[in-house]
Amino acid sequence: MSRWNEEFFIEKGLLLTAVSSIIIITLIIVFIFKEGLPAIQSYGFINFIFGMDWAPSSGQYGVFPMIIGSLGITALSLLMAVPLGILCAIFLAEVAPARMRKILNPTIQTLAGIPSVVYGFFGLILLVPFMRIHFGGTGFSMFTASIILTIMILPIIVSVSEDAIRSIPQEYKEASLALGATHWQTIKNVIFPAAIPGVITSVILGMGRAIGETLAIIMVAGNVVQIPGSIMDPVRALTSNIAIEMGYATGIHYNALFATGIVLIFMIIILLVLANYLHYKKKVTVGGGYL
Amino acid sequence: MKLKHGLGLVLILIIATAVYSTIITEKQYERIDVAGSTSVQPVAEALAQEYMKAHPRVKITVQGGGSGLGIRSVSQDIVAIGTSSMELNDNEGGKLKEYVIGKEGIVVAVNLKNPVDVISKDDLRAIFTGNISNWKELGGPDAPINVVVREDGSGTRKTFDDLVLKKTDKVKSDAIVQISTESIKLVVEQDPNAIGYISLAHMSPNVKAVKVDGVYPSMETILGGTYELHRPFLFLTKGEAKGAVKEFLEWCLSPEGQKIVENEKIVPVAS
Repeated sequence: MSRWNEEFFIEKGLLLTAVSSIIIITLIIVFIFKEGLPAIQSYGFINFIFGMDWAPSSGQYGVFPMIIGSLGITALSLLMAVPLGILCAIFLAEVAPARMRKILNPTIQTLAGIPSVVYGFFGLILLVPFMRIHFGGTGFSMFTASIILTIMILPIIVSVSEDAIRSIPQEYKEASLALGATHWQTIKNVIFPAAIPGVITSVILGMGRAIGETLAIIMVAGNVVQIPGSIMDPVRALTSNIAIEMGYATGIHYNALFATGIVLIFMIIILLVLANYLHYKKKVTVGGGYL
Repeated sequence: MKLKHGLGLVLILIIATAVYSTIITEKQYERIDVAGSTSVQPVAEALAQEYMKAHPRVKITVQGGGSGLGIRSVSQDIVAIGTSSMELNDNEGGKLKEYVIGKEGIVVAVNLKNPVDVISKDDLRAIFTGNISNWKELGGPDAPINVVVREDGSGTRKTFDDLVLKKTDKVKSDAIVQISTESIKLVVEQDPNAIGYISLAHMSPNVKAVKVDGVYPSMETILGGTYELHRPFLFLTKGEAKGAVKEFLEWCLSPEGQKIVENEKIVPVAS
């Protein structure tokens, strides 16, 4: 009897912990929609998504420039972080001598642990003046923000990709080398293709952090609501918009900020679906095996 | 087994002490919650601290969050006193009673290397709306003017816009937005071509204050009424204040309280 009870409670307890994440995410989405929909309804969906002007004091709530801002910053930082991160991961997993790895790995992990406000402050004090002096303008720009983001998401991409590369069965490598391939040919044609699903996961995680980052972006992006003409123009991201104005917003402005959150959630869902699809496509590839 | 019992006993003791002490605190103290503008926060904290020294039976907590939050939470009876660093608009003002505890100057700041000392109010308007975009036009070097402003909704920004820009004017669309007085100061300190506005209490020698219409911003010029860029610091209550809240507000407006206000570099209300 008591054994049956124990089984029952442990089973249900585990189920509860598993389901709790679903419950929490449902609650959050319901809440955000409840608060955000009134703004979209009263301002009009098309006007809200494609509106060019965001001026709460005169009743204009168009988020299009900020959608572009968020996507631009994220794309630019991925463009820099993905190649760098993957090469670094290959180096760490395949080339680096054990002793070097012992130093590099903890260093990279520390980089991941630094709070974003510190990155933002670093950017504001060092990077912004540097950009102003060397590239002109004010120094606050989409490019400055994406450099900071690149540094922030690199550790994620490096460590997850490295794990993926490392988990490739040793036989693959041995077989390739036995056939006479060089080390680089083995990496390029055998190890890396086999590790691609894991590498994509690392990119997804990095992208998630990049698009959700708020504080560091507020400090270096300039927060101007405009569609950037070049990567040297200041922009405002969706996340920054919510954080900047939340303290003051009342009435429809308050709802509009939640509606900004809805847009953000949808953007992240779309990107995740896309990335998961890629992940799935690449999954069953190597030698009939399943990695 | 013994250890388990011991742990349980300790836990019970801790909970009992916690419950006991909260009950005692509730009984002995009169609690006043203050929340609102982050600009008013330092003054409010200083006032609260002094007041609690003299009145050990009163406990005052001060929170930030913005003027909007202060107005909202006092209207909804969440706090006893809301603080605001901007004038209330008409439909907010009706239900709330205002106590002006001081005035704060707004300083137009430029980089120390900038040769421009005096800017007229009309020129300021032209700079912030984008009609003047080169320092050359103000007698400075041939360099673009980098305008830095606060975020929409900030009390400092609202005051500046109300006093300097006309109703129909809009701040130029590519002005950099920073979310605190300190970060505006940092930008102006680093960028030789930047111009921004900060509060007088945060003024420091790392940036240069510009004379507006020939008047240098200081406590004296604001008190004398010659420097125009200033805003009230408001304590708000819903309806007439009562009991401990009333005593605290009266003390803030007394010479003793006003002296603390002055120590925080806020201009006391002329009495």
